Amino acid sequence: MSAALAIVALATLGSAAAAMLGRSLLRSIFMLAVSWAGVAAFYMWAGAQFVAFAQVLIYLGAISMVALFAVLLTRQSRDEAPPPPAALRRAILAVVAAAGVAAVLLWAVAHSPLAVSGSLAPATSVRQLGFDLMGRHAAALLVVGVLLTIALLGAVVLAADGAQERPGDEP
Amino acid sequence: MSAGPTDAHLLERAPFLLRDWLTHALPEPLRWFANTLIAIAAILAIFGTLFALLTLVERKVLGRVQNRPGPNRTGWFGILQPVADGIKMLTKEDIVPRAADPLLHFLAPVALLGFSVLTFAVIPYGRDLVAVRLDAGVLYFFAAGSATELSIFMAGWSSNNKYALVAAMRALAQLISYELPLLLSAVPVVLAAGTLSAPDIVESQGGFTWGFVPHWHVFTPWGAAAFLVFFISALSESNRSPFDLPEAESELIAGHLTEYSGFKYALFFMAEYFGMCSLCGMAVTLFLGGWQAPLAALEFIPSYAWFALKLCALLLVFIWIRATLPRLRMDQLTRFAWKFLVPLALVNLAASAFWSLSFGWAGPMQALRWAIGIALAVGPFVLLGRRLGAGIGPRTYRYA
Amino acid sequence: MNALQLCLAFSSLLFAVGLAGALARSNAIIVLLGLELMLNAANINFIAFWRFSPSSAPATGVIFVLFSIAVAAAEAAVGMALVIAIYRHQKTIRLPDATDLKG
Repeated sequence: MSAALAIVALATLGSAAAAMLGRSLLRSIFMLAVSWAGVAAFYMWAGAQFVAFAQVLIYLGAISMVALFAVLLTRQSRDEAPPPPAALRRAILAVVAAAGVAAVLLWAVAHSPLAVSGSLAPATSVRQLGFDLMGRHAAALLVVGVLLTIALLGAVVLAADGAQERPGDEP
Repeated sequence: MSAGPTDAHLLERAPFLLRDWLTHALPEPLRWFANTLIAIAAILAIFGTLFALLTLVERKVLGRVQNRPGPNRTGWFGILQPVADGIKMLTKEDIVPRAADPLLHFLAPVALLGFSVLTFAVIPYGRDLVAVRLDAGVLYFFAAGSATELSIFMAGWSSNNKYALVAAMRALAQLISYELPLLLSAVPVVLAAGTLSAPDIVESQGGFTWGFVPHWHVFTPWGAAAFLVFFISALSESNRSPFDLPEAESELIAGHLTEYSGFKYALFFMAEYFGMCSLCGMAVTLFLGGWQAPLAALEFIPSYAWFALKLCALLLVFIWIRATLPRLRMDQLTRFAWKFLVPLALVNLAASAFWSLSFGWAGPMQALRWAIGIALAVGPFVLLGRRLGAGIGPRTYRYA
Repeated sequence: MNALQLCLAFSSLLFAVGLAGALARSNAIIVLLGLELMLNAANINFIAFWRFSPSSAPATGVIFVLFSIAVAAAEAAVGMALVIAIYRHQKTIRLPDATDLKG
């Protein structure tokens, strides 16, 4: 069991690190897609199948497309130039800061009394999820729906060209 | 994998008997593994053969529609044409452009084929004949299908070719535009059946009214509209005519496949046909009753035969549409998706909810239920269609 | 190190990778993608606790993660739209070049 977790974790962390370090923006996005798939594999390992499928559908099927379109529409598909020395110094400081955060978190994880319940995953059927979403969490669902609608409408307005449609363009 | 129906007759139980005969010598812990391997091998073999036959049938049907015989040189009625095509593809030189990204160029067809084949796992091919019985099977199907879009872009970008990149962007725009009506038209089915599991959706379409009208979802007003939207979106998701702009030979050479030759091209082709087959399979599952027989008297024909019959019927309609309709332009394509199919699918969701809530209406109320259902399906179609086609007046010519 | 601690360590490291990317890079798109990695790490945390800790309402952990994924998608869309709008204005998306309001 832990072997599978170790493989998934290493693959995810490796591809995430490659994505953050890479010079080529498009290759970073493909590496990041691999790490998102790794996260979905972790969800499957933990027994949360619905979340795993949602992760693949949303992250691999939608967010990566959004990122790709942003890259192509802002002409970033050429390889980046090597960064100037000031940026390199900032990068080293950033890595040190992130390593510090990781150290604090790992220390907290190692020294917390975290009890493990059983080895059986909690039985959450899709039916139960549906009842909970529409019952206890109905208000949150509606709020998230409104939030998504407004956010995406806003994104469309922001990214729109602003040019008027010419009258000769209709079918 | 289950033990199969124990009370059905011999033909119905034949796949399970064959599987048990193949694995009866194995010890119990290995049997699950062997069953899974047999399921995978069977799916790949059957759909691989279907892919080969489909290429031939498509060319013959297209030929006959265009008043020519189609391939008939290789063997009787051209039956060996897929073999000839396979040999040709295998023996072609595999050219990779020097400026291309070699790893992504290699991985793109692999990833595409991998995710396309993954979608075959949750389709119920017959009674108890489903590879994996997932609680959220329909969601898994759409998740695996949406992951194929990334590999199409990977193919277009890694070729380092302007035309391939533009074609990949157009393909991506088309795929994400039509993914929304695809999912939205499947949601009313989930609402009506009350489950995301594909075998359960098929089983909820059992039973007959008055002995001869099956309870398939396509025979309800919202189901017919949803089936049409799903079908059109499936046409587009598999890059088939009239939505085959990404591969339009007259426009972008071969689109995102321009720099692929030999077996990799064949893999892309295979992935496209596999996608077509799995989307048709899901359409049969969601709307046409899956493996259910249309008449109670015909239930002696095995369930997998009914599924195969319905699948082939849908594939023939795919080919027929390709032979008949001209290609849509990119802006027409996206306008059709966003301004017509998505609102239609949303209204259809409301119609399906109404249908489920009015389940107890009987007698003359049943006629009212049908009237409201048909109005909710046909009304938005007419109104949206009228708005979409607005502005088509007499053609004006601008002379240079 | 039981399984829960391993999962939490994994999510902490992923968070750190995302944080390093978001702080170190000067390309706006990579910063946004680092943000997405951090959100993913938080989701992993939720699922780890859902898996290994008893609860009276077992579906709550999964529902929280679903909402988190949805909000992350909305935020990614808006962020990328902003990047496109900024590019249209100043023809570059390097964050150190966005100095219009400086001083």
